Amino acid sequence: MMRKWRHTVLVSAIALTVLHGCGPKKESAKKNGGALDKASIAERVYVPPGEWDEFYAFLSGGFSGQLSVHGLPSGRLFKIIPVFSVDAEKGWCFNEETKAMCMTSYGFIPWGDLHHPDISQTNGELDGRWVFVNENNTPRVARIDLRYFETVEIIEIPNSAGNHASAFVTENTEYVVANTRFAVPVPQRDMPINQMKGNFKGAATFIKVDPETGRMSIAFQVLLPGFNYDLAHPGRGKSHGWMFFTSYNTEEAHTMLEVNASQNDKDYIAAVNWKKIEEYVNNGGGKKMKVKAAHNIYDEKTQMARTEWITEVIVVDPREVPGAVYFLPTPKSPHGCDVDPSGEYIVGSGKLSADITIHSFSKMLKAIEEGKVVDTVYGIPVLDFNATLAGVVKNACLGPLHTEFDGKGYAYTSCFITSEVIKWKLGDWQVVDRHPVYYSVGHIMIPGGNSRKPFGKYLVAMNKITKDRFLPTGPELCQSAQLFDISGDKMVMLLDFPTMGEPHYAAGIPAEKVVDRVAKIYPLEENEHPYAAKSEDEVKIVRKGNEVHIYMTMIRSHFAPDNIEGIKVGDKVYFHVTNLEQDFDIPHGFAIIGANTAEVLVMPGQTETVVWEPKAPGVYPFYCTDFCSALHQEMQGYVRVSPADADVPMKITLDDKPIGEVIIE
Amino acid sequence: MKTFARILMVLAGLLTASLFFLPMWRIDLVAPQYPDGLGMYIHIDHLEGVKPGDLKNIDILNHYVGMKPLPKPEDMWEFTVFPIVVGVMTVLAIVFALVGRPVLYLTWFVVMVVLGSLGLYDFYLWLYDYGTNLNPEAPIKLVDEYGNPMKYIPPLIGYKQLLNFEVYSYPAIGGVLLGIGILLSLIAFWLAYKTQVKHKIQLA
Repeated sequence: MMRKWRHTVLVSAIALTVLHGCGPKKESAKKNGGALDKASIAERVYVPPGEWDEFYAFLSGGFSGQLSVHGLPSGRLFKIIPVFSVDAEKGWCFNEETKAMCMTSYGFIPWGDLHHPDISQTNGELDGRWVFVNENNTPRVARIDLRYFETVEIIEIPNSAGNHASAFVTENTEYVVANTRFAVPVPQRDMPINQMKGNFKGAATFIKVDPETGRMSIAFQVLLPGFNYDLAHPGRGKSHGWMFFTSYNTEEAHTMLEVNASQNDKDYIAAVNWKKIEEYVNNGGGKKMKVKAAHNIYDEKTQMARTEWITEVIVVDPREVPGAVYFLPTPKSPHGCDVDPSGEYIVGSGKLSADITIHSFSKMLKAIEEGKVVDTVYGIPVLDFNATLAGVVKNACLGPLHTEFDGKGYAYTSCFITSEVIKWKLGDWQVVDRHPVYYSVGHIMIPGGNSRKPFGKYLVAMNKITKDRFLPTGPELCQSAQLFDISGDKMVMLLDFPTMGEPHYAAGIPAEKVVDRVAKIYPLEENEHPYAAKSEDEVKIVRKGNEVHIYMTMIRSHFAPDNIEGIKVGDKVYFHVTNLEQDFDIPHGFAIIGANTAEVLVMPGQTETVVWEPKAPGVYPFYCTDFCSALHQEMQGYVRVSPADADVPMKITLDDKPIGEVIIE
Repeated sequence: MKTFARILMVLAGLLTASLFFLPMWRIDLVAPQYPDGLGMYIHIDHLEGVKPGDLKNIDILNHYVGMKPLPKPEDMWEFTVFPIVVGVMTVLAIVFALVGRPVLYLTWFVVMVVLGSLGLYDFYLWLYDYGTNLNPEAPIKLVDEYGNPMKYIPPLIGYKQLLNFEVYSYPAIGGVLLGIGILLSLIAFWLAYKTQVKHKIQLA
């Protein structure tokens, strides 16, 4: 009897366990769309071993200051590109070559807040040459070269504070735009905060991009009224030559903005005719203003970054260029500002509204022509809302933020509050599909979704909240992104994948537009680094007082030299290490005990520098940190450090034979 | 027919001269971690990587087992003598074509076959030395099943497995053209000889 009873308990316990085990599974099946066959969905994101993804996706790393490179549809992470951030893996902003890249007028900034990547365009289509990204906190714009997937230039934006409406490119990459989220006094001055109204400005900066080299320069800054400029997108096709910025806080509140900046029923989209302003500036218009801003340039020949100082910019008062700037009233603190592939529709998503407002570019031109100006704000004409309105997506969702386009006549909008993506038809403004996302989506991205030619196959939703989507990792979680197949009538959710924090915006491009141009090595013969040793014959050691420069090489599987003597306590030792390899994916690392600066990882054909200041006499090892070959563990050497007053002669050797010159200057 | 034979003979000379521009031989190394391949072309006066950096990468791999670096032009007398031989044989082919005597075509053919065979033999000797004359201090020293030092002789022609590499050795475009040229000289001889015999019969 007793036994039987026990048996029953055991069975019940098992049943409970099973039931309990079923619970969460059922729930998650529901979350993922339920009825759809998981295997068929898996097939659509499966990239077999050794095969390549169809798209590159560049996801902003938000407050990490980095940019991550993923593949679509797999969601796999390929690379984290340090941009506005020091980076341990690559020694970025730590080594002598790149530390200038983190320089600003405020001094060295270890990391910033990276928001919106945008890929360069030619004739309104993605050309796959560069990715531009903005830093929100200390206003900057960076250019990443897609031959190397490295940051090659960073330009600081003066007169700005909170570079949020950035870094969007015009359709031939004539300009990258940078408008300020926080209105500030221009130029900066000491004044009471509560006198903000009417005294602050929003500087809309147009950065010229050299069509050949990509080199950036600040062309001009349009001093708009002191509202908060949130996002931007350029006109394209017929509206090429215009840039559209959303604004909020047209109330010009300086405190408790959540209430005080939400009072006006409508804020504005600023339509800026940059071609007109360009012409005005080319004819000598605008005023020169003294500024100080850093322009950091990585020279791919010398492999060194340098800072050039910008000391002057041209500022333009829009009131002096009639017809250059108009305000389009747009309901409820619009956030996203997106232009459809034809260039006709300008979508403003009122984030405190349930509606999405769409302006018509051709109606805007007509309204301007017919003088349908209802008001003038700080000298800027405000156009009649009804005269520019193309349509409204009624009761779209709550908290519409950003819109992308599939090139097939549909728009997709992210909705933060209702945590969903909606699909609606351009022209008839009807919602045709909606799908929940997990959770609280910010930006969405369709590769090319903000160009004349979108690739409307996938959509990535980048979410602000992750909660229970992945295995828990303590209070701090990765960010969550969701991939949708948008090739059919209905959106199909394919995949969850984790991203770095916080992915604001992303840019995607078909891999075929990029892969053929990607470098595999740095050709040694093109290395013009001033401290390069391009063969073991060029190895040397140079002492200039307390400063010692060691020109060193690395090749499988040794350093040359690998024994160094004659270093003294108090010396500042520069190891300039050149990787002599010319083989794809054979980096070597260099690390020396007690290096306060960094270790470096040197790509084939590259030279990088580590500074080392030995504190005490001894014999110290250095070694290769990247598993380079079968004899990687043997890739090591020693430095002898003698007391400051010792007279040990300087000596560099390999295999006990002297190698290279010893120079004392 | 006589003119046609002369044309073939001139062609034989020109195809031989193609060696000044095109590689004679090609050796390829195939291993999983070299998805783009690794290989070299053998020209009459130098070696060339199939891709930039290939020669350097072959040297880096080879040094582990103690093989010598690949020869530079100044390291081998062949790279000086071969261009002279090829030049002389090209000129001879054209001169012989102008003279137009079948026996000269045959002579050219025979000399080329002999030179070609010697060249291949010389190539084999080099491969043998390259694959067996190893640095005794090499980091990786392997032995075969009998305990003798491993040999790394690439195949003269065809395929061979050397450690983790599949090695393929075949004539390259220049070598193929040379072969066709040598064949053409034999055809030229045959055609010219037949015409001559026919002519003699007619005369008789």
